[in-house]
Amino acid sequence: MAAPAALTFLLCCWPAWGASPVDVYEFPDAEAEARFRALIAEFRCPKCLNTNLAGSDAPIAQDLRAAVHRLVVREGLSDAEVRDYLQARYGDFVLYDPPLKAATLVLWGAPVLFVLAGLGLIAWRLQHQRSAHLSDADQARLASFLDET
Amino acid sequence: MNRVGLFAPLAVFALILAIGYFGFQLEDPHRLPSALIGKPFPDFAAERLDGEGGDLVRRADLLGSPVLVNVWATWCPTCKAEHDELLRIRAETAAAGAPVRIIGVNYKDDPAKARRWLAEYGDPYDFNLIDADGALGVELGVYGAPETFLLNAKGDVVFKQVGAIDGQLWQQEIAPRLSAMGVPVAYGEARSDAG
Repeated sequence: MAAPAALTFLLCCWPAWGASPVDVYEFPDAEAEARFRALIAEFRCPKCLNTNLAGSDAPIAQDLRAAVHRLVVREGLSDAEVRDYLQARYGDFVLYDPPLKAATLVLWGAPVLFVLAGLGLIAWRLQHQRSAHLSDADQARLASFLDET
Repeated sequence: MNRVGLFAPLAVFALILAIGYFGFQLEDPHRLPSALIGKPFPDFAAERLDGEGGDLVRRADLLGSPVLVNVWATWCPTCKAEHDELLRIRAETAAAGAPVRIIGVNYKDDPAKARRWLAEYGDPYDFNLIDADGALGVELGVYGAPETFLLNAKGDVVFKQVGAIDGQLWQQEIAPRLSAMGVPVAYGEARSDAG
């Protein structure tokens, strides 16, 4: 009996350990906890270059997780209000999904430009191939060579 | 396709390499532009490290004249290096007329250790605020120590430095701004006298 119980325990609790090993937070309901988990997964840790708040052990990430918990559970802010709170203090840096504005235009526009450039290149190559086709006189000459063999 | 055309893929590859090489050198990726520049310093309420004054310190208590708000901690080695520069800035501005106001935020630290540090190494601050849990730091968008904010008399953030203040930064970024706001700093004349 002990082995299945231990297995069940591991299966239930393993993912929770993985998420954030250090902090223990209390939630009034499952929905608040789900929102908290989604929010801390969404923001980039200011200290680390490519880790989200959920996955970072940096002290600042722990502080920001605590701040998100406070905002969600105690102050009852909506997801959009939490995003605004963090963006107002830490700037676009903490957002993995950068807003479309003048400074980020290149970021959003470059992929479109590359696709257009690629299409242009393909069109140019097709055009080029067609103009390389043999003229009528050359076709006739080629046919005469083929007849000889 | 002619022979020159055969080198087109190589040229594109070289271009990508060049963009990567220079692109990643443009800016320190760790540097995070402050969202507070040009905006009012956030409202807060914090205890004083020296326990004086009785009431909690609030944003309104910082206003009236330009002030440097310096976030520091005893666990932060860079803060030790910066500490000497802050002492020097205090002495230099005192000689120029009046010591520039510096208010410390003791960030995620043990207040007893912080008091001992100030007694041992000297105290460049008007007073210090206690931010033991880093909550004030979050309000300020602080993500490490030291960080320093320069506020104008109305309490707007004029300039922010992430990392230590050194002589060069003082001379190039902070002293000119203080001078423009009417704070007497030994900037220009006094420096060239010494040199």
